[in-house]
Amino acid sequence: MSATRLQLLSHRNVPLLSRGPNELLAGGGPRVRKLTSPTLSSSSPGRALSSLSATRRGLPKEKMSENGVLSRAKVLTIDTMNPTVKKVEYAVRGPIVLRAVELERELSEGMKKPFSEVIKANIGDAHAMGQQPITFFRQVLALCSYPELLNDSTFPEDAKSRARRILQSCGGNSMGSYTASQGIDSVRQDVACYIERRDGGVPCDPDDIYLTTGASDGIVTILKLLVCGEGATRTGVMISIPQYPLYSAALAELGAVQINYYLNEEKCWSMDISELQRALDEARRHCNPRALCVINPGNPTGQVQSRQCIEDVIRFAANERLLLMADEVYQDNVYAEGCQFHSFKKVLFEMGPEYSDTVELVSFHSTSKCYMGECGFRGGYMEIINMDDEVKAQLTKLVSVRLCPPVPGQALMDLVVNPPQPGEPSHDNFIKERTVTLSALAEKAKLTEQVLNTIQGISCNPVQGAMYSFPRITIPEKAIQEAMDKGQEPDMFYCMKMLEETGICLVPGSGFGQTDGTYHFRMTILPPTDKLTILLNKVKEFHQKFTQQYS
Amino acid sequence: MKQLVLARRASQIKVELTQRVRKPYKEVIDVSWGDPHKAGVKPLSFVRQVIAACLYPQLLNSDRLPVDVRQRAQSLLKGCDGGSVGSYTATRGISEIVHRVSEFITRRDGGAPSYPENIFISPGSQWALRNILNVLVNSEASHRTGVLTPMPCYSVSLMSIRGLGAVTVPYNLREEQGWELQVEELHRALESAKGVCDPVALYVINPGNPAGYVQSRKSIQEVIQFVSEKRLFLLADEVYQDCVHGENSEFVSYKRVLAEMGPPLSDTVELASFHSASKGFLGECGLRGGYVELVNLDPAVKKYIYKLFSTDACAPVLGQFALDLMMKPPQPGDPSYPLYSVETQHIRTALVHNVKRVLEVVNNLPGFCCQPVKGAFVFPRLHLPPKAIQKAKEMGMQPDAFYCIRLLEEASVIVSPGCDYGQKEGTHHIRFHIMTPEDTMEEVLRRLSSFHTQFMKDFS
Repeated sequence: MSATRLQLLSHRNVPLLSRGPNELLAGGGPRVRKLTSPTLSSSSPGRALSSLSATRRGLPKEKMSENGVLSRAKVLTIDTMNPTVKKVEYAVRGPIVLRAVELERELSEGMKKPFSEVIKANIGDAHAMGQQPITFFRQVLALCSYPELLNDSTFPEDAKSRARRILQSCGGNSMGSYTASQGIDSVRQDVACYIERRDGGVPCDPDDIYLTTGASDGIVTILKLLVCGEGATRTGVMISIPQYPLYSAALAELGAVQINYYLNEEKCWSMDISELQRALDEARRHCNPRALCVINPGNPTGQVQSRQCIEDVIRFAANERLLLMADEVYQDNVYAEGCQFHSFKKVLFEMGPEYSDTVELVSFHSTSKCYMGECGFRGGYMEIINMDDEVKAQLTKLVSVRLCPPVPGQALMDLVVNPPQPGEPSHDNFIKERTVTLSALAEKAKLTEQVLNTIQGISCNPVQGAMYSFPRITIPEKAIQEAMDKGQEPDMFYCMKMLEETGICLVPGSGFGQTDGTYHFRMTILPPTDKLTILLNKVKEFHQKFTQQYS
Repeated sequence: MKQLVLARRASQIKVELTQRVRKPYKEVIDVSWGDPHKAGVKPLSFVRQVIAACLYPQLLNSDRLPVDVRQRAQSLLKGCDGGSVGSYTATRGISEIVHRVSEFITRRDGGAPSYPENIFISPGSQWALRNILNVLVNSEASHRTGVLTPMPCYSVSLMSIRGLGAVTVPYNLREEQGWELQVEELHRALESAKGVCDPVALYVINPGNPAGYVQSRKSIQEVIQFVSEKRLFLLADEVYQDCVHGENSEFVSYKRVLAEMGPPLSDTVELASFHSASKGFLGECGLRGGYVELVNLDPAVKKYIYKLFSTDACAPVLGQFALDLMMKPPQPGDPSYPLYSVETQHIRTALVHNVKRVLEVVNNLPGFCCQPVKGAFVFPRLHLPPKAIQKAKEMGMQPDAFYCIRLLEEASVIVSPGCDYGQKEGTHHIRFHIMTPEDTMEEVLRRLSSFHTQFMKDFS
């Protein structure tokens, strides 16, 4: 007899979306702070339509200046704007990247630099670093875009039949039609089949699958569904430190409470249940923790959690009544011996009905990583397990505001979950390409760990999976001081210097979170092996020079 | 939600049709979306050829595709990291494409300058609208933020506004005057918000959705004066700007009118205008390519807007390409120009023909009344017999939703009910798209006429 499901998320504790049409609420909301009137703003009015106006100090309404000309403050200022948006930071595309782009421009304009190219090792973008797309996928997508090519004999038959099938499920047989907000039906069915195969037969209902605009879209949507409450009852979400900064950005934007649990660097970034407990107990004093986010394989840390660990986490979430968000976008990126990807769903179901009937789990996948690396398509899906039906109805409404995910991304996801089968014309080449890509990544993961560990003052955990190394760096006191004087995080200071001197763009560990007093950087393992080797040696040189300079 | 009920029933019927369940018609015609391809309009060959070549660059090595297609594809791929459409792009969009957009805007607006740093390409215009609303709607203020919205209004925008915790403050469009936006009504709406919410913005849709009006220059000027006087942020949803047809109707952008009004207005009115590759001749809704242009915004705020967009990574590359191809189509002399010209002319002719026919047919049906149509949608008024209204009530439905369900069941045509968009109390409407092939529209009108006549008889 399965346990009665006491939903964490019920229609009673989820912000409801719809109210009556044209509703005007009587009375104000329950917020604490009063709306402040626009105060003096020292910023200039910015580019004007006609000739640029002179900079003026704006007053709330209007003021007569000396020559009798009226001036006015903006309607939308940093004081009147949504305060939660001001808390949003996203290091992966943050200030260091903006500087890298500037340097690229300067280089192209012929300015002399100590390097000949800027290497963007900051972002998990495989194609940007030369990884090749899977031929079959691109063939099918080209056929879908311009179906006249179905008459072209240079395209294999299996690609053509896939294209026809996809086009049939598109309105007007065109990828240019909107699809249902949840995604094309036949694609969701294929995703469900893939999940069943991957998880050794654990059933998957296509109704539980939502196609998304990249995994990020799904993650933010679920967080939106979760966040409610005020003050001490405000939703708290547990997130690993270090974490992928989309989570912290989304939580900041939603005004949710971020609950940090620290991964254990000494134990290869593993999760510690006692640490989860500590974080949760502390958080319960000032917020209402409702969810636990896990990234496996990890970003930025690259650890691949053991099956036991995943079981323990599930048990913890069940006992503490937390919704589990499992970010599994790197599920094919597993390199280390003895490591294996275990999906949260599979483990959940293997734990029996006491857990599999009750634990609310959402798992996320994407077309941006693994062996496909198709970031630019913005393709992804999420699987919703054990969610209350009424909440699911709210979720369906929420996703409809986006209209639909990009159709080429949906089509690509269909191919990812349904690749060429043995016997089909494209099968052998597909396997070859996938193997080449994944083994190159494995090689580069190993190389990165090896070289970084030869550097005095740098220590790197094995890169078990994903696409990044997250080594710990020792920064000399003098440098820390100089950074503080500049108002910069020490590892940002370090990374900025590295960028200016070597052209290598990394993301400082402070962008991901780290234990106080420790410093890291995140560097992708994506550049081609020979370039990666050069990069790693440059990092070594720089680190030695930097350490020397600030000793 | 009524849309879901209709959509679900439509899926069921489509399945039943494939299972050869007997229906009065062989296939379902869906004109309920602002989606030309769904209604049978063909994608533009040039656009799809370029995209195919970008997806599968082996195509660049053969003569299969015209030379200008190959050149364009090569140029677009150069703007991609690693030469691949699978790479992320800069947050705002591929730099060359953002420039192209700003050049297009400048040309469109008779020289009023547009700057790339004020433009963000997004996965469709609604996505960008939501990001801008997110900055405007103060979720921590003691009073709820208000946004003035037209009635009737595109329902997704209303959902976005309410979803962020803001209040929609409706201003009524004058149906009897061709859905005119009257400034007195803006004043009334603003007044009604006193003590209820804190209005910060005015949202306009021009050309309109669901009602297919196009605002006159004078009307746009009045709106600009109003927002300036009342200190409101102006959100101008202009995605249907390429769907304008007919005499004496021409689209002029809010930005252009603002520029022409000169300082102080042109220096101070804060405006966000939205456009997209989903409508117009391209109709590439599924590729998700749109943009927002920001005018006169505080640079400090723009920094935060940038950060917000950066968390979305970037717009899908193919959507960005669609925008580029829309902004710079084949020119006379280009190998692809003749075909492009024929295809767009075909769409244009169909649009003009469809509007004429719709007005003819609908205005001749008793119980139907349609204002002049200048944009992409028809939003005729239904004068339903009391018996029909009663039946609808018994079924727990809005009368126009009831009409739409019956239309689907008996005529296999999908249109959307006016209740989805907001309408004056006691009035009923339906909305359908007119950017369809001519014969599709003829079939829609044929089925609609016979259904409507029967319906009115049944409920007399």
